[in-house]
Amino acid sequence: MSAVQTPGVQTYSPREFHRQAHDALGNPQIRANFRKAMDGLMTKRRDSFGDWELETLRELGANIRLRALAKLPDLLEQLEANCEANGIRVHWAEDGDQACRIIREICDAHGARSVIKGKSMVSEEMHLNAHLEEAGIEALESDLGEYLVQLNEQTPSHIIMPAIHLNTDEISEIMHDKTGTERTRDVDYMTAAARAQLRERFMAADVGVSGVNFAVAETGTLCLVENEGNGRMTTTVPPVHVAVTGIEKVVEHLRDVPPLYALLTRSATGQHVTTYFNMISSPRKEGEHDGPKEVHLVLVDSGRSRIYQDDELLDTLRCIRCGACMNHCPVYTRVGGHTYGTTYPGPIGSILSPHLMGLEDTKDLPTASSLCGACGEVCPVKIPIPDLLVRLRRESVGEGRGNVPGAGVKRTRKEAAAWKGFQWLATHPSAWRAGTSVAGKLKALMPAKLGAWTDYRTAPKPAGTTLHALVKRHQANKTHEEER
Amino acid sequence: MRARDAILKRLRERADGPLSAPESDFAVVTHRGWSQEERLARFERWIASVHGEVVHTPRETWTEALARVLADKGVRRLALGKEHPVAAEARRALADAEMELVDVDRDIEQWQREQFERVDAGLTSTRGAIAETGSLWLWPTPDEPRLISLVPPIHVAVLDADTLEDTLFDVVEAHGWADGMPTNALLISGPSKTADIEQTLAYGVHGPRELVVLVRHPAATEEQA
Amino acid sequence: MTPVKLYPPKPEKVYFFGTCLVDLFYPEAGLDGIRLLEREGIEVLFPEDQTCCGQPAYTSGYQQEARAVAAAQLGLFPEPWPIVVPSGSCGGMMRTHYPQLFADTDLEEQANEVAGRVHELTEFLVHVCHLKLEDRGAPEKVAMHTSCSARREMGLAETGPALLAQLGKVELVEQARAAECCGFGGTFAVRHPEVSAAMVEDKTTAIAEAGAQRFVTSDCGCMMNIGGRFEQQKKPVKGEHIASYLWRRTS
Repeated sequence: MSAVQTPGVQTYSPREFHRQAHDALGNPQIRANFRKAMDGLMTKRRDSFGDWELETLRELGANIRLRALAKLPDLLEQLEANCEANGIRVHWAEDGDQACRIIREICDAHGARSVIKGKSMVSEEMHLNAHLEEAGIEALESDLGEYLVQLNEQTPSHIIMPAIHLNTDEISEIMHDKTGTERTRDVDYMTAAARAQLRERFMAADVGVSGVNFAVAETGTLCLVENEGNGRMTTTVPPVHVAVTGIEKVVEHLRDVPPLYALLTRSATGQHVTTYFNMISSPRKEGEHDGPKEVHLVLVDSGRSRIYQDDELLDTLRCIRCGACMNHCPVYTRVGGHTYGTTYPGPIGSILSPHLMGLEDTKDLPTASSLCGACGEVCPVKIPIPDLLVRLRRESVGEGRGNVPGAGVKRTRKEAAAWKGFQWLATHPSAWRAGTSVAGKLKALMPAKLGAWTDYRTAPKPAGTTLHALVKRHQANKTHEEER
Repeated sequence: MRARDAILKRLRERADGPLSAPESDFAVVTHRGWSQEERLARFERWIASVHGEVVHTPRETWTEALARVLADKGVRRLALGKEHPVAAEARRALADAEMELVDVDRDIEQWQREQFERVDAGLTSTRGAIAETGSLWLWPTPDEPRLISLVPPIHVAVLDADTLEDTLFDVVEAHGWADGMPTNALLISGPSKTADIEQTLAYGVHGPRELVVLVRHPAATEEQA
Repeated sequence: MTPVKLYPPKPEKVYFFGTCLVDLFYPEAGLDGIRLLEREGIEVLFPEDQTCCGQPAYTSGYQQEARAVAAAQLGLFPEPWPIVVPSGSCGGMMRTHYPQLFADTDLEEQANEVAGRVHELTEFLVHVCHLKLEDRGAPEKVAMHTSCSARREMGLAETGPALLAQLGKVELVEQARAAECCGFGGTFAVRHPEVSAAMVEDKTTAIAEAGAQRFVTSDCGCMMNIGGRFEQQKKPVKGEHIASYLWRRTS
């Protein structure tokens, strides 16, 4: 295989969904990488649930998340009280900028110049790395996929597998270019090289920043799910650990964790368990010999409390970030994660991003679904994703409840009038019958090109007669036969 | 208003009114009813499926098995605790071996580079294991700190067969985790791994490349008693 | 997931809701559905004032318009007979979304009542009519495409294949990724034509590679999409609504 071009800094925007989709669809490498990966992930997920009572488990998962949301303010206060009692300092941030400032201030207090990061989608959402870089603090990703993506000056294309858009040859080229490793197809070699590169950085890091998978209110415990061990490194080696998470990640009890963990690993990658489940309840105690001396928890709202207000939209907050919806999405599989131009791609991104970024920027996302229902079918906490996509379509044309920023932005006079016309016709049966009958009779006059449809398909032609007319004839014939 | 109060206020004054919390039925994650043999078989099958090595040994001769494993792996410097019986017995047994026993009851700041670069393996005890997922559970202590099971390229974990339980839920409930969590509680299910390069599995990306579980079985007479 | 549904005994009469796509583009499929039901001794009532279930407006976010159109259909089924719909998509709209659409409105009760009587055609033939078929057609390799709405919204992945399995000379071929969407999705195909095209391309490839001479579907949207793609590719694989296929081979 010939050497691949390492692209320069790539930026994607949800405003450019159509152009980005066009580019991705025309890129056979991207198409093949995603198709192969998603096919594998779908099979693995199915196999991993094997003899589990999957529906009962999903029901329980949904129920645990619902309960947590029902008690959210109380649980957040309980979490805060227990964390503080354990010695974890808790911070609250209205938005990503505020959260970035909090983290930078923690760094400044320690004179930190180097931050090592475990995987955290919330930190991606708030552009923490860029914020820290501006303050002269280097932020380095340590999850292998995130590291590769960062080397390649990109953003993750999947919430669980950040570098899923790259194949082995591309990764080899990136590592060669940026770190001087040999060009190779040997994954063990590349993994070992990354290990060596990152170990130095773990030792040198002043602060470790991680996400949180579940924050347990009753014990003040932060749970992190991972395979690589970089999460444990990040939360154990540097003298300061900052965990950052959305306010919705809290669960009530420790016993709520096992079902969610079982659902998460199987839904995400089809693993029966991950290598590490890391539960952190305090900084290093007197007499202990390792672990950070300070642990901070930053709770970020960033639009979540607004989603929380609405009974239907609330379901969005149940998400445990497994990525199964993207793995099973026929649109995501074809256009890949970057096309969405958002931190969270795929179906979950299409129902979450409008709240985080507003519908002005994200109006093409809720429509980027055929509503095939595969996402809702696999969601481990039973989020009705297709219904929420429709709800956001409603919001974007101004026929929702106005509970999403930018509601109504997609409404155009022309389209609204067309649907009013459809309504009139479909509520006036005689006009409908006349209209459909005429359409059939005039089929020869139908334009050969029906916009985008006919670029790829032959245009459907109205039948010469309608079902209404056929039924009438059919019934007349029957009566006629009976009379004979 | 402070961010905290503003966020909590919005959540408490929810526009669509208060939510009611459903009860949860956890039956699906417990009551497996496996026999000890089934538990052991499941544990071994699962942990082996992710490259964990299982070595069975009678309890009374376990340190011989340990010595063999360490010799096979060419371990020259072994990091281990002092007080836990596992560590204490291992130290006694390995005293005459050609192996350097590395003390871990030192603040990491004093020996970080040594730990990262000059330790071949870490030995730890475990509190138990989970049959359903092939997971060990560890609560690191000052005697056996957190990084011993993470930084060295080989992790040797000692598990008593009779501490195996069915599910994570069972462990959390039976041991009253909610009544008091340690600084760090860990489940470990295999050596460190990644599939971030085109879904190809590779081991030892950040943590140990190898995980050896020494499963100690009680003597037959003990078992009957 | 649709909750477990209890099916009524075979009724004397049913209502037939033809759907707008059938009305306009595939009327024969509707008539064949009616014939299949009549052959089972059921009188088929075709409310003349039926137009469209309202789904296109609904999925486009035009809630008020969808509700107005749906409301106009609610009154067409006054007697308690089952309502049979030759489409998983329109059936799903009526069964699942009508109750949502009319929740907290004056029509809520009526919408729920109507929704509870809605059956997709193949579902009704299998579970209510317990249809027995005798194949009179020539040997043929056929691929079944079950629409996403039938499969997921209505939980009917099995009814179409079950009917085809009764046709002795028909070999149902196995296609790759049979459960994957064909890319129609109503207005999706128009709003995101390139993505939709990539999806239908893969679907036609899978059907052709499975060696099918024909594909059969229970939804006209999918048929228009997949069939239109085959036609443009000038491939000989033809699509047919399952009602027509069953009627043609057994009458």
